[in-house]
Amino acid sequence: MKKFLLSTALAGILALPALAPAQAEEPKHGGNMIVTYKDDVATLDPAIGYDWQNWSMIKSVFDGLMDYEPGTTTLRPGLAESYDISDDGLTYTFKLRPGVKFHNGRELVADDVVYSINRVVNPATQSPGQGFFAMIEGYDAAAEGKADTVSGVSAPDAGTVVFKLSRPDATFLHVMALNFSFIVPKEAVEAAGADFGKKPVGTGAFKLTEWTLGQRLVFEKNADYWISGVPYLDSFTVEVGQEPVVALLRAQNGEVDIPGDGIPPAKFVEVMKDKAQASLVVEGGQLHTGYITMNVTQAPFDKVEVRRAVNMAINKDRIVQVINGRAVPANQPLPPSMPGYTKGYEGYKYDPEGAKKLLADAGYADGFATELFVMNTDPNPRIAQAIQQDLKAIGINASIKSLAQANVIEAGGAGTAPMIWSGGMAWIADFPDPANFYGPILGCGGAVEGGWNWAKYCNEDLDKMAAEADSIVDPAKVDERLAKWSEIYMKVMEDAPWAPVFNEQRFTLKSARMGGDDALYVDPVSIPVNYDYVFIKE
Amino acid sequence: MAAYILRRLVQSALILLGVSFITFVLLYVLPADPVRQIAGRSATAATVESIRQQLGLDQPFFVQYANYLLNLVQGDFGRSYLQKTEVAELIASRLPATLLLLVAAIGCELLIGLPLGIVAALNRGKAVDNSLMLTSFLTVSAPQFVVALLLLFVFAVKLGWFPIGGYGTFAHLVLPALTLGILGSGWYSRIMRSSMIDVLRADFIRTARAKGLGRSKVILGHALPNAILPIIAMIGIDIGLFMSGIVVVESVFGWPGIGQLAWQAIQRVDIPIIMGVTLVSAFGIVIGNLIADLISPLIDPRIKLR
Repeated sequence: MKKFLLSTALAGILALPALAPAQAEEPKHGGNMIVTYKDDVATLDPAIGYDWQNWSMIKSVFDGLMDYEPGTTTLRPGLAESYDISDDGLTYTFKLRPGVKFHNGRELVADDVVYSINRVVNPATQSPGQGFFAMIEGYDAAAEGKADTVSGVSAPDAGTVVFKLSRPDATFLHVMALNFSFIVPKEAVEAAGADFGKKPVGTGAFKLTEWTLGQRLVFEKNADYWISGVPYLDSFTVEVGQEPVVALLRAQNGEVDIPGDGIPPAKFVEVMKDKAQASLVVEGGQLHTGYITMNVTQAPFDKVEVRRAVNMAINKDRIVQVINGRAVPANQPLPPSMPGYTKGYEGYKYDPEGAKKLLADAGYADGFATELFVMNTDPNPRIAQAIQQDLKAIGINASIKSLAQANVIEAGGAGTAPMIWSGGMAWIADFPDPANFYGPILGCGGAVEGGWNWAKYCNEDLDKMAAEADSIVDPAKVDERLAKWSEIYMKVMEDAPWAPVFNEQRFTLKSARMGGDDALYVDPVSIPVNYDYVFIKE
Repeated sequence: MAAYILRRLVQSALILLGVSFITFVLLYVLPADPVRQIAGRSATAATVESIRQQLGLDQPFFVQYANYLLNLVQGDFGRSYLQKTEVAELIASRLPATLLLLVAAIGCELLIGLPLGIVAALNRGKAVDNSLMLTSFLTVSAPQFVVALLLLFVFAVKLGWFPIGGYGTFAHLVLPALTLGILGSGWYSRIMRSSMIDVLRADFIRTARAKGLGRSKVILGHALPNAILPIIAMIGIDIGLFMSGIVVVESVFGWPGIGQLAWQAIQRVDIPIIMGVTLVSAFGIVIGNLIADLISPLIDPRIKLR
């Protein structure tokens, strides 16, 4: 029995909230931060919300059993005080932190955890996160509606929750930190019905106090929050319906603290050239890779030489220039900040001559014509044009099909698109673990009608290796597991169903009065900022 | 009169039915699956099918359409696929902003367009006329996005006279209304000009002048009331133009109206919202035209409603 008592570590966090992120300055309490977005906030229901805009708001209103150190990808306990993993890796026992209260004043108990997991798996909830819980025993019956509850989740007493898994899964603790696992109080969900997403009740650092549809949401500090001293802000206001260009003008005018949609591409160079403005921009990596998929079930991309030739034909440095250097060239599916990334691997070097030779070897000495699908918002059509020119140089005539996001996703799922540039729909990790970049987008499970594996690439040996890697749950063997994942992605690169192009960098503009470590403004799991830990300096 | 209104209302209902059918067909044949948008990227095939069933999207087209109409006549526009909120509530929360902008924008169009049209008519063929008509041509063909941003940049950012977008006070209303007002004024000035030129040639104007009435009295007291008729009809048509124009203007100025709502819903394939906004807009256009037709005989007794 491996026992992890985390209460000591947590006592440190509880007593010294300022230690959480390494901060250059002493945090100040109070004030209201203003954040803007173009689109409405769809919902704050943690079982439903799945866009990057509401993702971090939900994190501030709710909590899960697990959490991350602010500004990092390091797991830490959240509502769980400690947890146990059985030797076979199949049973997880969580001890709940006592005295945690929901915003409605009621104390959190183990039954709330059981209820929340059952709710997200229940097909009636229509949760986009349902599939993440497939490793729990009894998932299939519950997900198909044949059972009301997931048999593998139980609450032996008010302070203990036990999860029984049907297979060992090293990503389970990450799943417990996902928004979809956040704990909701049954009575509030039942009272609000379908409107729970507009009237959220959680245990988080902020509570929603106002939601004027189409205009603004106001979140106020939860004075009873279980991490004492957090959050630092008294409140934050999210103003919606603001065009990114206008939001930037307002930020320059001191009316907005964070333009949530970032710096519009057309304004990027102008902002970065201006020293005063550039000093307010925080840059960081994100768990994102932009790639070209090639449908391996269709000629000519059924030939590995052709796919490798495409990899060698793409001038990634030039594409990075097309987007004003807002990315770094990629050579493998995983982004550099992801555990399991293969350091020292150089990938396919830009070599049009070598690419032509490979095409000739595959029997396409005269090239061929194909289609490149792309989402129709800037800068993606421009990137597609750069790709088109690179392909033309080795004899491939790719016509660009520029469509709305939903139409590209549809074509990718249906397998009718020979090539897709992933920009605007690219994979951003749900949680910081290499497994999350495989299953749905490179594994056999995703290579089905409607799946997200747009290359329709299915290598059963790799699926087996992936299952083996994820069965290594012992934290002492984490390096062994990551080495396995690195090997998997290297094999993917050999088969070349994708041409990885770049890893996008994040650029967050903040007002001069905002304080807190830079890492909080490019937090890998909370986009655009970690609302709980930023503060106003004045 | 009553029979006329009744007949027009029945016609309107048929038009709305037609609009609902065409929109429903277009959304049905769209090569984008709303269920995938809801289910997200980690959903299994079983989850996708289960959601499709719950939303009734596995039913044949005519069953889906009939169900939609059945709910609609009971006042139920359905729930947004992604926001899960009642569509009626979403539209109701945004309609006042759009109506306010509609009234203010048409007010601006008239205030700018009518005087310019009159001045052009009185100076027919002269340099003033030519330059005014060229201006009107430029305004109706100028891109809304550019004009909106230009006004915002000059009057809000540089001069600081108005807030940089938003909603709530009169000051917030000025720039979006002015944008639509400037862009739409060209239609009114052109119609006003040609109508005014026709009227100024009429016998009763010559008579009025012959009686020795002052120039301003002839124009404002006699010519204008007779020349205004096409403008009333134009307002009816203008509501339709307005509905297509607000999408951009509401987005730039952060004006929380139904144009913004429609644009977001289209991007997310949120069919219940798209249907709802389309029907409400079509209803507005139909009613606007009906009112314009009812007002005409009040201004010109020669017009009879049949």
